[in-house]
Amino acid sequence: MENLAQIAPLIILFPAIGAFINFFWGAKMGEGASAMVGTVASGSSFLVALGLLAYLTGNGFNPAVINPPLLDSWIRIDSVGLDISWQTRVDTLSVSMTLFVTFVGTLIHIYAAGYMHGDPRFSRFFAYLNMFLAFMLILVMGNNLLMMFVGWEGVGLCSYLLISFWWDKPGGEGIANSNAGRKAFIANRVGDFGVLIAIFLSFWAFGTLDYYKPNEIPNPQVSAAHLEEETDSSRVFYSFADEDVEMSQLGMFGQVARYVRIDEAASVSLDNARTILNQARGTGDEQLIAQAEALLETTRAEADANRPQFNIGPATFGIGTLLTLITLFMLLGVTGKSAQIPLFVWLPDAMAGPTPVSALIHAATMVTAGVYMMVRSNIMFHHAELTSIIVALIGATTALVAGFIAIGQFDIKRVLAYSTISQLGFMVAAVGLGAYVAAMFHMITHAFFKALLFLGSGSVIHGMEHGHHHVHLHDADHPEAVTHDSHDDDGFDPQDMRYMGGLREKMPVTYWTYLFGTIALAGIWPFAGFWSKDEILLDAWYVGFEKGLFQGFIVLGLLFAAAAFTAFYMWRQIEMVFHGKPRHEAAEHASESSRSMTIPLVILAFFALFVGFINIPSGIGFPFTFGLEGVLGVHLLGDFLEYSIFAEAFNLLTFNALIAIPALAVGIGGILAARSVYGGGKAIDASGQDPLQADPNTALVWNVAYARMYWDEIYFALIINPYIRIADFLYEVVDWGFLHDYFHDSVLIRGYRSMGDLLARPFDLGIIDGAVNGLGWLAGRIGGGLRLTQTGYVRTYAVALLLGVVAVIILMLLPLI
Amino acid sequence: MIDVPSIADLNLTVTFPAVFLALFTMVVLIVDLFIPKDRKIRTAHLTLGGLVVAFVWNVLVFDSNQTALGGMYIADSFSGFINFIALTAAIITCFLSVDYLKRTGIEQGEFYSLLLFSTAGVMFMGAASDLIVVFIALEILSIPLYVMAAMRYRDAKSEESGLKYFILGAFASAFFLYGAALVYGATGTTSLPEIFASVEGIVATDSGARLYLVLGAALIFVGLGFKVAVVPFHMWTPDVYEGAPTPVTAFMSVAAKAGGFAALLRLMVIALPELTANIGDTIAIWQTTIAIVAAATMILGNFVAIVQTNVKRMLAYSSIAHAGYILMGVAAVGTIGVAEEATRAALIYMLAYTFTNLGAFAVVMALEKDDGSGTQIADFKGLSRSRPLLAVMMAFFMLSLTGVPTTAGFIGKFLLFGAALEAGLVLLTIIGVLTSVVSAYYYVRIIVNMYLEDGEGDPAEGATQYLNYATYAAFAGTLIIGLFPFLAVNLLDTMMIAGLF
Amino acid sequence: MIPPLWMFLTVAAALFSIGAFGVLARKNAVAVLMSVELMLNAVNINLVAFWRFGETAPSVIGQSFAAFVLVIAAAEAAVGLAIIIAIYRTRQSVVVDDVDMLKW
Repeated sequence: MENLAQIAPLIILFPAIGAFINFFWGAKMGEGASAMVGTVASGSSFLVALGLLAYLTGNGFNPAVINPPLLDSWIRIDSVGLDISWQTRVDTLSVSMTLFVTFVGTLIHIYAAGYMHGDPRFSRFFAYLNMFLAFMLILVMGNNLLMMFVGWEGVGLCSYLLISFWWDKPGGEGIANSNAGRKAFIANRVGDFGVLIAIFLSFWAFGTLDYYKPNEIPNPQVSAAHLEEETDSSRVFYSFADEDVEMSQLGMFGQVARYVRIDEAASVSLDNARTILNQARGTGDEQLIAQAEALLETTRAEADANRPQFNIGPATFGIGTLLTLITLFMLLGVTGKSAQIPLFVWLPDAMAGPTPVSALIHAATMVTAGVYMMVRSNIMFHHAELTSIIVALIGATTALVAGFIAIGQFDIKRVLAYSTISQLGFMVAAVGLGAYVAAMFHMITHAFFKALLFLGSGSVIHGMEHGHHHVHLHDADHPEAVTHDSHDDDGFDPQDMRYMGGLREKMPVTYWTYLFGTIALAGIWPFAGFWSKDEILLDAWYVGFEKGLFQGFIVLGLLFAAAAFTAFYMWRQIEMVFHGKPRHEAAEHASESSRSMTIPLVILAFFALFVGFINIPSGIGFPFTFGLEGVLGVHLLGDFLEYSIFAEAFNLLTFNALIAIPALAVGIGGILAARSVYGGGKAIDASGQDPLQADPNTALVWNVAYARMYWDEIYFALIINPYIRIADFLYEVVDWGFLHDYFHDSVLIRGYRSMGDLLARPFDLGIIDGAVNGLGWLAGRIGGGLRLTQTGYVRTYAVALLLGVVAVIILMLLPLI
Repeated sequence: MIDVPSIADLNLTVTFPAVFLALFTMVVLIVDLFIPKDRKIRTAHLTLGGLVVAFVWNVLVFDSNQTALGGMYIADSFSGFINFIALTAAIITCFLSVDYLKRTGIEQGEFYSLLLFSTAGVMFMGAASDLIVVFIALEILSIPLYVMAAMRYRDAKSEESGLKYFILGAFASAFFLYGAALVYGATGTTSLPEIFASVEGIVATDSGARLYLVLGAALIFVGLGFKVAVVPFHMWTPDVYEGAPTPVTAFMSVAAKAGGFAALLRLMVIALPELTANIGDTIAIWQTTIAIVAAATMILGNFVAIVQTNVKRMLAYSSIAHAGYILMGVAAVGTIGVAEEATRAALIYMLAYTFTNLGAFAVVMALEKDDGSGTQIADFKGLSRSRPLLAVMMAFFMLSLTGVPTTAGFIGKFLLFGAALEAGLVLLTIIGVLTSVVSAYYYVRIIVNMYLEDGEGDPAEGATQYLNYATYAAFAGTLIIGLFPFLAVNLLDTMMIAGLF
Repeated sequence: MIPPLWMFLTVAAALFSIGAFGVLARKNAVAVLMSVELMLNAVNINLVAFWRFGETAPSVIGQSFAAFVLVIAAAEAAVGLAIIIAIYRTRQSVVVDDVDMLKW
C-alpha cells in the first residue's frame, strides 16, 4: 500500500501518451479508434486517481511527493540555489481535484465521440482534449509553483486551440472563432503576467518554489493524530511548527507560516513590554518607569531585529506586505484564468469552441484553476487580509454582475457561460472569506452540474441542427448541406433560444437531465448545488455576524441576489428551450441525440443530485436529511481537505436554518418569478422579443443586461482603441514613415550602396554577391581571404601543420623564459 | 619471478563496452563473409545489435569508478560519457549509412567493421589512463577512418580525401609520439596519474626534465589538436569532409572529435594540470597557448564558413569552429579549481554537438543525389514547401549550432562560456560570443534559403526509412538536451563527482 | 662504454627532422610514407634511450611502447599503401601535388 503513490506520474503520462498517439496516428486510425484512445487515456487517469485516493486513506491522509524517474532535478542552477524538481504531489487537495477532473473528463470524452462525429479533424480534437487533460493534471499534481505554471500555460494553450478549433468555418464565423480564441489567449496573458510576478516574488523571498518539502505536513494539528496510521514507518513527518526544523527544510508555505509566527511573536513581546510600561506608569514609581522604558527599548530593538525582512530590489518588506503583494499578483492571474472582473470578458466568447470543450475546459476544470491556486496557497491568502477582502468583493460582484447579464442573453451557451462566471464568483468569494473547503466543495458540485448543463445544451444544439437539416432535405433536396458546419446559410442559428421551444417532447432524456442540472444550479434542496451554495452563504454569514467583518455582510447580500438571478435565468432557459410550442421548424423536427451523448448526461444527472452529500454540514436536522445524516457524509470533504489546509485557515461550520431556508426560498422564488414571466407559452412574444424587453417597465434594465453591461465596449474605449491608436502610430509614422522610408531607404540603403560601390569595385573578386549586408560583407571578405590558404595541396597543409607545431612550441616555452 | 596478474585483477567487466566492441568487430568481419552481396543490410543489423549491447553494458557500468587492465584503463563517469557519445554517434551513423552505401554502390560489409573499430577507438581514448593506450586508441580510431574516407573508391574526390587524411594524420601521429616519448623521458612513466605525481617535483627543481615535459605537452597537443581539427592543424578538415562519403564525414565530425577531446581533457586534467611556470601558480603553463589556438580556431572556422557554397564544406568549417569552442573548455581546465566545471561543460557541449551535427548531416544526406551533388546551399531553396518536416528539423539543427536558447547548442555554449569566465579567460569568452554571432550569419542563411526562397526543381528524394530514423533520433536528442539540459548534467554529475576529481 | 643520453637524443631529433623534411619536400606519395616511418623510428630511438637511461630500470615501459609503435606503424603503412595504390589506379600518378581537386 505504501508504494501505491508511486503511480502518481502515470496520471499525467496516460493522457500525454493519448495525445501523442492521436496527434501522429489519429488521422490514420479512424474515428472509433481515435475516440477509444482518448477515452481510455482519460479513464486510465481516473483509475490512477482512485488508486491515489486509496493510498491516502490507507496512509492516514499523509501527503506523498513522487519524483518521476529521470526528471528529479528539472531545473537546477547551483549558483543561485535554484533547484526545482518535477515532483508530483499526492495530497488530499490534489487528489480531490484529480478525481473530478478525470471523471468528468472521461464522460466528456465519451460524449465528444458522439458530438464530434463526422468532423474532419476528429482525431485532432481528441488529441487536444487529452493534451488539455495532461496539462490540467500537471497543474494540479505539481509540487511547486513552476510546475503549476507549466500546467497553467498548457491549459491556456489547449483552451486557445480548442476555442478556435473551427477556425475554417465558412462566412465570418471562422474568423469570429479564431478571434474568440485570441481574445481568450490575450486576456489570460494579462493574468499570467501576474502569476509570473507572484512566482518571481515567492522565489526571491523564500528561495524555493516547492509548496511543501516531501515529508512536510501543512496542518500539524490534524495530521499528528494520523501519523501512527502511516504504514511506511521509514517516513518521518515534520512541519513548520517543529522548533528544530530549519527554514531550509520547509517549502514556501511552511516558511510563510514560520515567518508569520516569528513576526507575531515579536509583536506579542512588544505588547507585553508596553503593558509593563503602562503598569509602571500607573504606580508612578520613577525607577520602575525608567526600567520599563528601558525594557521596551530593548524589546523593540529585539523585535525589529527578529522580524523577518525581505529585500525585493530596492524595497524592504515585512512578511505581511510581502504576502499582500504576492497574493495580489496571484489574484490578477485568477481574474484571467477563472474569469473574474475585470478580465472575464473572454469566457462568453470562448463558447465558440465545440460544446464538449465548453463543458470540460470552460466550465468544469480549467477555469477552476485560479480557485485551485488560491486554495493551494491558502496560507498566504489567510495572512493577507487586504487581499482577502478584495478577493471576496471581486468574487461576489462578479457573481452578481454575470448573473444579471445572463438574464439578457438568447444564446443557450452564452447564458451558461455567464452562469459559469457567476458561479466562479461564488467560489472566489468563498476563498476571500477564508472558506477554502466551501470553495472546493462548490467547485466539485459545479463541475458536475455545469458539465451536465453544457453537454445538455450541446445535445439541444445537435438536435436543432439535425432538425434543420431534416427540413432542408425535404425542402430543397440538396444533401451536400448535411455537414456539421452549414447551419448559417439562412440566418438560422441552432444555439439561439428564440428558435427553440417545445423540445421537451422531442428530446426527453435531454430535457430531464437538463432539468436536474437546472435545479441543482438553482440551489434547490436536496440537489448538489443547495449544499455547496449554502455552505458559502453560511461562511459569509459567519464572517459578517460572528466575526463582525464588513465584507461578510456585503458578500452575503451580493450572493443572495446572485442566487436569485441564478434561479431566474436558468428557469427562463428551461421555459424558452423545452416548454411551450416549437417556434421554428428546426425545433419541430429536432430529435434525441445518440447514446454516446445521452449516457454521460444521465450519469452526470445522477451526480448532480447526489454529489452534494459528500459534505453536508454538521448539526443538521431531520427535514433536510431524511434522518440519514449518519449515513451521508457530514463534512466528509472538509475532513478530507483538512490535511492540505493550514490549520488556522481551516474552519467547518454547523448548519444554520436561518441561512438555508432563505437561500432555498430565494431559489424557489427565482424559479417561480421566471415561470410567471416566461411560462405558459409566452417565453418569446410575437415580435420575437423577450417579455421583459417588451414590457416598458423593465425594458431599460433588460437592455443593459442584453448589451452585456457594455463591458466589451468599455474595454474597447478604454484599452483597445488607445492601444490600436498607439500601434497605428508606431506602425505608420515611426516604423514606415521614419524607419522604413527615411532611415532604411535613405540612410541605410543609399549609404550602403555608395559604400559598397566604393569598396566593392576595386576588390570584388566575384566571390560574394550583393545580397550580403555590411557585416556579412566584411565577414565574408575575411573568410574569403582565409579561404585562399586552402590550396588543395597536401604538402601545403603539412607545411602549415609544421609551422603550427613551431608556433605552439614557442608559445609553450615563452612562460619558461 | 614475474608477477603475472590474474584475470580478476584485469577487471575486465568494466572494460566490457569497449573490449566487446573491438572483439565484435572481428565477428562482424567474419560473419559478413557469409552474407550474400544483396543482403548486406543483415550486416548493418548485426552491427547495430553489437552497438546496442555495448550501449546497454555501458549504462550498467557507467559509474563504476574502477581501474582495469593494470591501471591503464579507467572506467569512470568521464569514460562512460564518452562511450555514450561514441555509441550514440555510431548508432546514428549506422542508420545514416544503410541506404547511402547502397545507392552509392559501396555497400560492403567492411564498412561496418571499420565503423565499429573506430568507435572502439574513441571509447578506449576516453578511458585511457596511459600514454601508450592513448596512442593505440588514437590509431585504432584513425586508421579505419582513413579507409572509410577513401571508401568510395570509384570517386576521385573520396580517394583524394583518404590520401590527404592519411598523410597528414600519420604526420601528426609522429608529432604526438615524439611528445609522448619526451614526456616519458621527463617523468620515467607513461601512466597519467604517475605523471601527475612527478610534475610537482619537476616544476620545483627547474631541471632539464621540465623542458622535456613542456615540449612533450606541446607536441602531444599538436597530435590531438590535429585529430580534433583546431587551427592551425585543421587544413585537412574541409577537403576530407567534402570528399569522404557523407556518413563517414558525419561520424568523423563528432566521434573522432569526441575521442580527441577526451584524450586531451584526460591528459590536461589528470596528468598536467599543475604544470605551472613557477611553483604555486594557479594557471597552467599551457593555458595561454590553448586559449590562443582556441581563439584562432573560432575566428577562422566561423569566418571561412561564411563564404562556403557547399553545405558539407560549410559544416566542415563549422565543425572547426565548434572545436574551438570545446577547446575553450580545455583552456579553462588550466586554471586550478575550474577543472571540474570546464570538463563538464566540454562534455555536455560535445554531446549536444553530436546530436545536432549528425542531424544536420542526415538532412544533407536526404538531399544528396547519388552522384554526390545536391549539397550546395542553393539546393536548400524552397525546402520548407517541398519537405516541410525536414526543413523544420534542419532549421532547428541550424539554430542549435548557432546556440539559440532552448536548443542543445545553447546549453553547451552557456556552460562553456561560464566555465571560461570562471577561469578568467574573459577575452577568449568575448571572442567566443562574437564569433557565435558571426556563425549565425551562415547558419541562418540556410534557414533563409529554406523558408524565404523558392526552389527551382524537385529536391532529391534521398530520405529513406533508415535515414529518417537517424534524423528523428538526432532531432529528439537535440530537443531533449535543449529542453531538459539537466538530464545530461545529472547524468554526468552522478558519475563524475567521485571519479575524476 | 655506452654513449651518453644526449647523443641518442640528438640522433633521434635529427632523424625526426629528416623525416619531417621528407614529408614536406618529397612529391612521391610512397616517399612521403617512408618519411613518416622515419619519424616514427626516431621516436623509437627516443623511447628506448629514455628507457635505458631512466631511473626506473626494472620496468619495460619504454620497450613495450616502442614495440607498439612498430606494430602501429606497420598497420599505418599497410593502409597508406592501399590508398596510394587506389589513387594510382584512377590517376596513374602517385605525385601528391596532383591530388588537388578538393580546395578552397
